[in-house]
Amino acid sequence: MRRIAAGDGLTLVAVLGGAALIAALNLATPPGSALHVPSFVLPLAGKYLCYAMLALAVDLVWGFAGILSLGHAAFFALGGYAMGMYLMREIGTRGVYGNATLPDFMVFLNWTRLPWYWHGFDMAWFACLMVVLVPGLLALVFGYLAFRSRVSGVYLSIITQALTYALLLAFFRNDMGFGGNNGMTDFKDILGLPLHADATRAGLLVLTASFLSVQLLLARALVRSRFGKVLVAVRDAESRVRFLGYRPESYKLVVWVISAVMAAIGGALYVPQVGIINPSEFSPANSIEAVIWVAVGGRGTLVGAILGAVLVNLGKTYFTGALPELWLYALGGLFVVVTLILPNGVLGLLRRRGGGNGAVPKPLPVGEQPT
Amino acid sequence: MARFAARGLLLLALLLPAAARAQADDPYAAFGAHDYEAMRAAIETLSTSGDARAPAVLSALQSGQLRVGEDGTLYLRAADGTLREALSGAVATGVDGAALKEVRMNNAVRRALDGALGGLRLFAGDPATRAAAAEAVFKGRDQAALPALERAIAKETDAGVKSVMAQAHAALILTGGTASESDKLAAIAVLRARGDLEASSLLASLTGQPVAVMSAARDALTAIQRQRQLWDIAESVFYGLSLGSVLLLAAAGLAITFGVMGVINMAHGEMVMLGAYTTFVVQETMRAHAPGLIGASLFVAVPAAFLVAGAVGIVIERGLIRFLYGRPLETLLATWGLSLILQQVVRSIFGPSNRDVSTPAWMSGAFPLGGLTITANRLTIIVFAALVFTVLMLALRRTALGLRMRAVTQNRFMAAAMGIRTPWIDALTFGLGSGVAGIAGVALSQIDNVSPNLGQSYIIDSFMVVVFGGVGNLWGTALGALTLGIVNKFLEPLAGAVLGKIAVLVLLIIFIQRRPRGMFPLKGRAVEA
Repeated sequence: MRRIAAGDGLTLVAVLGGAALIAALNLATPPGSALHVPSFVLPLAGKYLCYAMLALAVDLVWGFAGILSLGHAAFFALGGYAMGMYLMREIGTRGVYGNATLPDFMVFLNWTRLPWYWHGFDMAWFACLMVVLVPGLLALVFGYLAFRSRVSGVYLSIITQALTYALLLAFFRNDMGFGGNNGMTDFKDILGLPLHADATRAGLLVLTASFLSVQLLLARALVRSRFGKVLVAVRDAESRVRFLGYRPESYKLVVWVISAVMAAIGGALYVPQVGIINPSEFSPANSIEAVIWVAVGGRGTLVGAILGAVLVNLGKTYFTGALPELWLYALGGLFVVVTLILPNGVLGLLRRRGGGNGAVPKPLPVGEQPT
Repeated sequence: MARFAARGLLLLALLLPAAARAQADDPYAAFGAHDYEAMRAAIETLSTSGDARAPAVLSALQSGQLRVGEDGTLYLRAADGTLREALSGAVATGVDGAALKEVRMNNAVRRALDGALGGLRLFAGDPATRAAAAEAVFKGRDQAALPALERAIAKETDAGVKSVMAQAHAALILTGGTASESDKLAAIAVLRARGDLEASSLLASLTGQPVAVMSAARDALTAIQRQRQLWDIAESVFYGLSLGSVLLLAAAGLAITFGVMGVINMAHGEMVMLGAYTTFVVQETMRAHAPGLIGASLFVAVPAAFLVAGAVGIVIERGLIRFLYGRPLETLLATWGLSLILQQVVRSIFGPSNRDVSTPAWMSGAFPLGGLTITANRLTIIVFAALVFTVLMLALRRTALGLRMRAVTQNRFMAAAMGIRTPWIDALTFGLGSGVAGIAGVALSQIDNVSPNLGQSYIIDSFMVVVFGGVGNLWGTALGALTLGIVNKFLEPLAGAVLGKIAVLVLLIIFIQRRPRGMFPLKGRAVEA
């Protein structure tokens, strides 16, 4: 593996250092101190980093394989649900109904037995396995079918959106056994550590930052490898790659599943920090929002995805608190401005200033697309 | 004292002959006399007379609120103590309620009264009331009503009411147990002809009948059930057609912008929403300035919605989309952003809650067609969707503008070389698609909530319809919409509404993977472009 590039290094330092700094300033300073970081910042920062993982996953498939997924939040939410199921089982007898095995919502629905798919989620290792396995398998099946029959471009975008929409409808049903409309919440602790304690939250934040850093390094290694070169070739001229004797669908499938698992890990870390998971995480709008994070930061740069996710969500937190009516204008305007004026996002702007080239080539005019 | 006696005598002299006469031809007089046998006879006369005053008098008698004066005048006492003259209906003034006597009954009279009250409505002047009374007998299966029912059938002149009465009669015959076997077989035939759920549950509940009757009942039951199944299928098809028409309306505009032009317009749903809000504004304006014409508001709203949504569409095309041709994924993102802005604009102007759009009288109500209930609004939407689709097809196939549109889509450079101003055609085509979406909004405002989120709920469905039908093919879109609507309605009873929808989505995902270019893919050089 080659040396870590400057941009990646800077991002790693910013993510890990930032997380560590926030955690340290929260834990080590007294509440009255000028340097003290209030406790609510911990899960908020953790949430941004989880979104950054989702953005990174989207960038990996969109920026490097040309697959615009409008359903990546589905993998994110599935990972979150797997973690949520573990956290629900952790509550044990401390729920409102005090049932040792059944979560509150099942008692409320007069269920007497735990559904079969809930077994094993009392063990953390099993839940972690499921976080990876369930979204990974879904991505494998979906991707295999889609890429084998050469569904691509806009059609793929639309069926990914149908996928997350179908899951949204499914998880809204009480009969599914995932808490229906309300989802899962009221978590008490994780691995025996109380979730509301600052120390646990700080630990989760640092853990999230570490996972994000590892994901960034892995994604970078992937796109720099021979595999990554073929992937970029598939993005730019799929037919030509096929004629050269490669099987584009296999390359796409591998990166698709890896990306889904990355998003799922983000979702799994998101739930304990935010404290709730409900079907709205599956809503198609969430997936599209993740795409705009990538576009804002700079498609095909990996680092830009992280930057974009954090920037847009900082803006969202500010706007929805201070000027709630303006948030949708701002978000909508961001979509329009970025696609019209900033095709390579904020990073593209920075690089143009620096004289470098953007990662994604300028799209060719109609009729001159390579075939 | 003497005066009093004289008045009493005078009264007696006046009343006695009248009372005696009345008992012969005025049954109401019997309630004043203390003759239970005469009273019973009077009740039976009244119950079949069809006299409009009889129900009130008899039910007052039953509830103990019928009063009789010294002079034999009947009064109805209301719950609050006010008195009315029973026969004229006028409020009785200057009558001392305490001096009146309650009309009493013995058991024989009470029995006659119970039967009479049940049967009374069978002789009402209004055919609908008579039919409803017969229907009540059918459901209640009260054997005491049998004599009254038989008299009613004999007197009945309205064929429709008579058949309902015959059905009620058949139900009583079958459940009564005293009728002959041939009567029962005839009764089963009547129920078989009725052929609804009530009839089949009655037939299914029969026990202890002669063998021939039981087997006839079984045959009738299977025949009814088979017929019900057919009607159920017909009903699902009808509901499916109406759902498919809604989908077609929502997707027809998209079939132009996405299917023909290849522009991924995620703000398509917002064009629909704008159409619905145009309907709201048109109705409010008409309510304020021309309240007499409010029934015709939809006829004004359709062109208005077309113009509003079409104009917005042209602005979007000129201001945004033309910079993004050839970059479908970027178009998708930019128009998504636009849809958020449009939603927020509407939310800022009209508020976040649902707005009330009224439905004209001619669109509400329902009428039966065989075993189906056809609701007027569903039927209107089906007809409207067919109309919109036909006009759209004609516009594309038979007008000069349609010809240019097709030329530009098929070969932009050749069209430009022939002198067609392609940018202008692009804008008009996009405006046409958006305008059709606006028209869909008028229809959807009648069946869905008019809120800023209206469009979002249709956007995924619309894309599914267009992709399923085959991009660039309007017939495919129509067929796709109707197929999806009908499949959805057939899956619903099997799996429930939400699971049915999920199943349709999953089926679609699989279908697109089997045939990535839809049911009717375009063939030729355009495919790979």
